[in-house]
Amino acid sequence: MRIVSPNGHLGFAPTRPGSFYESLRHDPDFLIADSGSCDIGPGPLGGNTCASPREWQCHDLELMLLAARERKIPMLIGSAGDTGGNRSVDMFVEMIQQIASAHQLDEFRIGYFHSEVPTQAVADAIRRGTMVPGLDGRAELALEDIDRTDRIVAVAGSAPYISLLDAGADVIIGGRSSDCAVFAAPAIRAGFAEELAYYMGKVLECASFCAEPYGGKESVMGEITDSYVDVTAMHPDQRCTPSSVASHSMYERSHPYFEALAGGTLDMTECRYEQVAEKTTRVTGPKFAATDELFVKLEGSGLVGSRYIGFAGVRDEYTIRHIDDAIAWARGQVADRFGEGGYELHFHVFGRDAILGKAEFVTTPAHELGVVVEAVARDDAMAKSVAMTATRQLFYARLPQVKGTAGSVSFLFDEVLAASPAYEWTVNHVIPATALPGLFPTNVVSSLS
Amino acid sequence: MPEPVRLVDLAKTLRSKNAGVDLVTFDIFFPDPETFHRVVDSRALTKESVAQLFRTEPGRVVTFLELEPLRAIKFTIRRDRPSGSPGDSDVFGAQQYAPLLSVTIP
Repeated sequence: MRIVSPNGHLGFAPTRPGSFYESLRHDPDFLIADSGSCDIGPGPLGGNTCASPREWQCHDLELMLLAARERKIPMLIGSAGDTGGNRSVDMFVEMIQQIASAHQLDEFRIGYFHSEVPTQAVADAIRRGTMVPGLDGRAELALEDIDRTDRIVAVAGSAPYISLLDAGADVIIGGRSSDCAVFAAPAIRAGFAEELAYYMGKVLECASFCAEPYGGKESVMGEITDSYVDVTAMHPDQRCTPSSVASHSMYERSHPYFEALAGGTLDMTECRYEQVAEKTTRVTGPKFAATDELFVKLEGSGLVGSRYIGFAGVRDEYTIRHIDDAIAWARGQVADRFGEGGYELHFHVFGRDAILGKAEFVTTPAHELGVVVEAVARDDAMAKSVAMTATRQLFYARLPQVKGTAGSVSFLFDEVLAASPAYEWTVNHVIPATALPGLFPTNVVSSLS
Repeated sequence: MPEPVRLVDLAKTLRSKNAGVDLVTFDIFFPDPETFHRVVDSRALTKESVAQLFRTEPGRVVTFLELEPLRAIKFTIRRDRPSGSPGDSDVFGAQQYAPLLSVTIP
């Protein structure tokens, strides 16, 4: 079975058509792409929006849909619309119908499933005594965490994809899903070993990130057999090498050899990698250990507040040396007006430590600094006012020996800008699947409806 | 004895990236087994030294692995706040590897 992965995050940046069309010459059986991630931050999930422009999402879906329908092969999309939230899934289903209509495609069946879990359902499970353990060092989920959560998605495994394929879906739009399960589903359904199927998913999920040299948004193809997985780069200048494929297995994960999935753990400790053709690496030896109890990962995001951004530049060498005093002055002025609480104020000092924060090792600031003032408060008016006060007070910072007394900072503009509302990841936990009945409900609709 | 050399000049790839919303993971790949062993044997990179380098407590370095078959060193640090929270400056965690560039291998 051959699966083409054209894009590691469909919609986030446009798929490159050249290597995608090249991949179609290899007669794939499925076209599959992951379209979401928690990497984009908590904003899109909490705010029920997309991080990707609609135009790019349409571009990528159209590219895949036209190829899939022409060849009469299924197309699967996981974690639709960046978050896998219900709105994103419904929007992708509509987009597929619109593209089908625009191209007058023959009728086909669109399967989809939702991944959102009502916050109330998780709260009820906690009240019933269900343990919801935290991941990555987080404490067990508490009712207070739910109180500050706007939206929760559960991460699906391969099951809803398999049942939609069983129901005859030609196109599947999935809610939030384990990246590798989306690719593994058709292979598992066809009877290939789970360990090879999940490995293929793991290696294909980011498309050309498993090839070298570096180049994003290019297609790669995986082929699964009874005894191995072959991975082939489709861009003329890229190759899948034992080193590029093996190193990709540890990408974005805290442990290089183990991938936790709903239903078990993929173990890549004993994987062997072998170059079998110019652009193809063969992988053997992954293992899969199924767990007795099914745990499902939950991701949740909650609103912290409205956010405004100010920007100030500093060129005076004395002010640069005393930038912390200028910031302390501005903070003090904000505190005088708004008190100490009820808002958040962050100064990002670009040219000194804005990116690394406390890990910064260059202690000499640059000869000019850019200070991004980030203010978060319960409503727009207050966030704007806090940002405005802090940014203006950088201008008026009273530093004892400053020579330029007309203003301590430069302004590109003297207003503050509305930024996206601030959200926070409030849930990064796992819950026994039995505590949440009715997860991942599936539906099939016509492309003509 | 070889001359001291910066880690950035020995590594083939040196990167950081989110591993979920609470962790940032660091991957350092070396071009050959000799270079990998030179760095490992130098003990310049250990769980304790990277904690110090990133000014965090060793307890927040949740994994530190020397991976001979991959000629790689990998470690993972717990973030001070989840990715994308107010005040966070690197939503993807993609520029956090910079302190490694300056490490010198004797």
